[in-house]
Amino acid sequence: MRDDERMASFSVHVEVTQRPGIADPEGATIERSLPALGFDEVRGVHVGKSIRFSVDAADEATARSRVTELCDRFLTNPVIEDATIELTELAEAGA
Amino acid sequence: MAPKVGVLLFPGSNCEQDVLEAFSGLGAETDLIWHGDRSLGGADAVIVPGGFAHGDYLRPGAIARFSPVMEAVADFAASGGPVVGICNGFQVLCEAGLLPGVLQKNAGLRFLCQTVTLRVASRASVLTRDVEIGTELRIPINHFSGNYTCAPETLERLIAEDQVVLRYADNPNGSMDDIAGVSNAAGNVVGLMPHPERASSPLLGSEDGLPLLASVLASTRAIA
Repeated sequence: MRDDERMASFSVHVEVTQRPGIADPEGATIERSLPALGFDEVRGVHVGKSIRFSVDAADEATARSRVTELCDRFLTNPVIEDATIELTELAEAGA
Repeated sequence: MAPKVGVLLFPGSNCEQDVLEAFSGLGAETDLIWHGDRSLGGADAVIVPGGFAHGDYLRPGAIARFSPVMEAVADFAASGGPVVGICNGFQVLCEAGLLPGVLQKNAGLRFLCQTVTLRVASRASVLTRDVEIGTELRIPINHFSGNYTCAPETLERLIAEDQVVLRYADNPNGSMDDIAGVSNAAGNVVGLMPHPERASSPLLGSEDGLPLLASVLASTRAIA
């Protein structure tokens, strides 16, 4: 394989959270239960989803663009959810 | 000739037999359509039934929308064919982009299984064309994610364009504007959280679902 065709591999962590203004009843329920446990100082509890996978791409920009498309089309419902994407390059595939 | 109602079957659907039974009782031919099929087998109307398609993994309806049959459903809907999603079927149609908005978790985080009172809010849909506006219907709900949510501008459009089809008399799940059912702009695709097929016989405690199902059948005759 030529150098310019070499693929990199990225570890991906997608965090799915409710969009601002969208009710998060799970987070609110947890927050309401905290004073009973003595955690009066805890505020702003939000519950989301964490999705991890790896992806092969020519470079980080391409990987990010593909993962963003995946989030828009499948991993989130853009009406109520946002995605935060973290990419970390792994050792080169096939190296 | 009796209209043919096709009822989709996903892994995890669990209301399909009830829907078949209810439509058979109204004189329709009925047929189950496997989610892996690419054809609707000549159905005159399509019902996406309730249940837990693909285990509701990721989000209710999120995986079902990619089933091969959904392309055929989208084509059928685009050509004006009547498509009704009940409960999980409503969630599938929203995820597929055939209906606006999304069903999120109930505001009280409880699974709700009870008979509720609905009011018909529009006749501009295949589900309600033969029912008077304001008619009260007693129909069961059975869901965890029935909290209808959409962008504020979408809600304005739904109201202005007469796409809010059914409202709860006493909102059980936090849905915006008490919405229990919506249609697309053309009125041929409808989703609702309540189960009209479970209110289709005196034995079930209510027959109030029958006028809705009969409307769907009448709409197939109007098209043919």
